[in-house]
Amino acid sequence: MGTIWVHAETKNGEVSTITLELLTKARELGEVVAVHAGSDAEAAALQLGAYGASRVLSTGDLDGGLIGPALASALSGVIGEEAPQAILFGTTYGGRDVAGRLSVKLDAPVITNIVDLVDEDGLTGVEPVFGGTTNVRTRFTGEKVGIFLVRPKSFVAESAGGDSAAVSMIAVPDLGNTGAAKVHNQFVEESDGPKLDEASIVVSGGRGLGEAEKYHLIEDLAKRLGGAAGASRAIVDAGWVPYSYQVGQTGKVVKPDVYIAAGISGATQHMVGMKGSKTIIAINKDSEAPIFSIADLGIVGDVHKVLPALLEALGES
Amino acid sequence: MKVAVCVKQIPDPADPGELNLETKTLKRDVKLILDESDSYGVEMALQLVGDEGEVVLVSMVPNNERNGLNNALAMGADSAVLVSDEALAGSDALGTAKVLAAAIKRVAPDLVLTATESSDGYTGTVPEQIAELLELPSVTFAKEVNISDGNVSVRRQTEDGYDEVSCPLPALVSVTAGVVEPRYPSFKGIMAAKSKPVEELTISDLGIESSHVGWVGSGQEIVSIEPAPKREAGEVIEDEGDAHERILSFLEELKVI
Repeated sequence: MGTIWVHAETKNGEVSTITLELLTKARELGEVVAVHAGSDAEAAALQLGAYGASRVLSTGDLDGGLIGPALASALSGVIGEEAPQAILFGTTYGGRDVAGRLSVKLDAPVITNIVDLVDEDGLTGVEPVFGGTTNVRTRFTGEKVGIFLVRPKSFVAESAGGDSAAVSMIAVPDLGNTGAAKVHNQFVEESDGPKLDEASIVVSGGRGLGEAEKYHLIEDLAKRLGGAAGASRAIVDAGWVPYSYQVGQTGKVVKPDVYIAAGISGATQHMVGMKGSKTIIAINKDSEAPIFSIADLGIVGDVHKVLPALLEALGES
Repeated sequence: MKVAVCVKQIPDPADPGELNLETKTLKRDVKLILDESDSYGVEMALQLVGDEGEVVLVSMVPNNERNGLNNALAMGADSAVLVSDEALAGSDALGTAKVLAAAIKRVAPDLVLTATESSDGYTGTVPEQIAELLELPSVTFAKEVNISDGNVSVRRQTEDGYDEVSCPLPALVSVTAGVVEPRYPSFKGIMAAKSKPVEELTISDLGIESSHVGWVGSGQEIVSIEPAPKREAGEVIEDEGDAHERILSFLEELKVI
C-alpha cells in the first residue's frame, strides 16, 4: 500500500472533526501522513498519531498568510520525494483553497464532493448527485496523484490508539504575488447553542417562513430543544441569515439524531445536506413537497401555526 | 477600475435534469440560465465600480449559448468575453479554470470576482485554480468586499465567524451568496444589453490546445452511475390545529424531550 496524505486542520492544537474522519478512512488505504499549516503541529501530534498518522509534515506558522497558496507550494516542493498515492482534503474553507491551488501546481485534477472512497482499480470517489438519489463513482485516469475533496460526516472518526506522530517541517517557498493576502483580524461569532454540524438536534427554516422576521421561530425551537438552527439555501440567498447557517450541497452537511425542516420544500440542493439524519420531521403547507418523501413524520400545515403551538406546549412541559 | 466577473450558464436548478448515460455528465442541451450564485458577483462588481469603472463578464460554453450572459449584461455589466467551442464539452474544473484564466488575462482586470461554486457542478475549486494560474493573490468566501487605495479588504467566512483579510490588487475574490441583493434587470437594461459588445472566442484564439480541455483533457472518468439507497417516507398528517401534539409525542418517543 502507498502513502495517503491527509490535510490536518487544527485550531490551538485541537484537530478538527473532519480531519479525524479522514484519518480514520485513510488508515484503511495505506500509510497515513498528515499535512499541516500552522504553529500547533507539535500540540496536535498526539491526537493525529492516535487516529492513524505516522508523521506530520507542517509548514509552521504562516505569519498571517492564507493557507491556500502557502501549503500548496510547500507540498508541491516535497511531493516528488514523498510520492503519496492520494491526497485527502475535507470540504472546508481552507481545504478547498489548498486543493485548488495544489491541483494547478501539480496539473492534477480534483475529485470533489465525495462521501466514500473505494479501491477499485485505483482509488475511486463516490459522489451523490440529484439530492442524493444517484451515486456517481469517479476515478483518475492519469499517472498524477489523486486529489480528493471529501464531504464532512462521510466517515465515523475512531481512534486507533497509535503513538504520537513525528513532526517534520516543510519549507514554504517564496510565494511572490500569490502570498500577498494577509489576515489582520479574526472574529468569532458567538452562538450559545451547539455548532450546526455537531448538534444532535437541528431545526432549519426555509422560504415557507415568509419573511426574515419569522426566523426567530426556528431559533427559539432550536434553543428550546438544545439544538442548532439551520437554513435552506433560499433564505441564505435572500439574505435572511448568514451563509454559515446553510444546510445543503453548498453549505453544511448535517447528520443529527433529529432534523426538523420547517417551511422547506426539499430542493435537491438541501436534501443532500440532511438526508443522512437519523430521524426527519417536516412541516410544510404543500402536501406535494419533496421533503415529505424522506420525512419520518410529515406535517402538512402552516409553520406560522404549528411552530408557535409547539413552542407554547414545550414552554409548559 | 476594471472588474472581471466569471459567470456560468447552467440548466435551471429548479428542474434538476438528468445525466446523459453515454457521456456520464449532466445533460446541458436544455435552455441555460445565469447561475444565481453568479448574480451576487455581478451585483457586487456593479456596486464596487460605481459610475467610473468597467464590469466585464467572462464565461465559457460549448455551443455559443448567450441567454444567461444577456441577463447579466441587462443587470448592467458593460461587456462580455464568451469562450465558445465544441471542444469544451465535458471539461473538468481544472480545464475550466485554464480557459477562464486565459480569457481573464486578455481582459487584464484589477479585480476578478467569482461565486464560491456553481449550482450545477459544485466543485468549488475553480476560483483558487484561476488565481493560481494567473499567479494572483485570492480571498475566497467573501461576505463583504471593499476597495480602497489599490487594496481589496474582505470579510472572509470561517468555520466559527470571519477573518478580516486584505491584499493588493490585482486579486481574485470569491463571493458567498446572499451578501448583496442582485438587481432585477430594468426594461432599459434589457434593451441596452442587446447592443453591448460580446467578444466570442474559440480556445485556439486563447492558445489552448483541445487536448487540455473537454472530455479528453479531464484527468478523471466516471466509472459508474447507480441509484443511491432510498429513504422511505413515514407518517404524514394534515394539521387540524393539533399537529404540534403529534410532534411532541414523536419527540418524546425519540427521548429528545
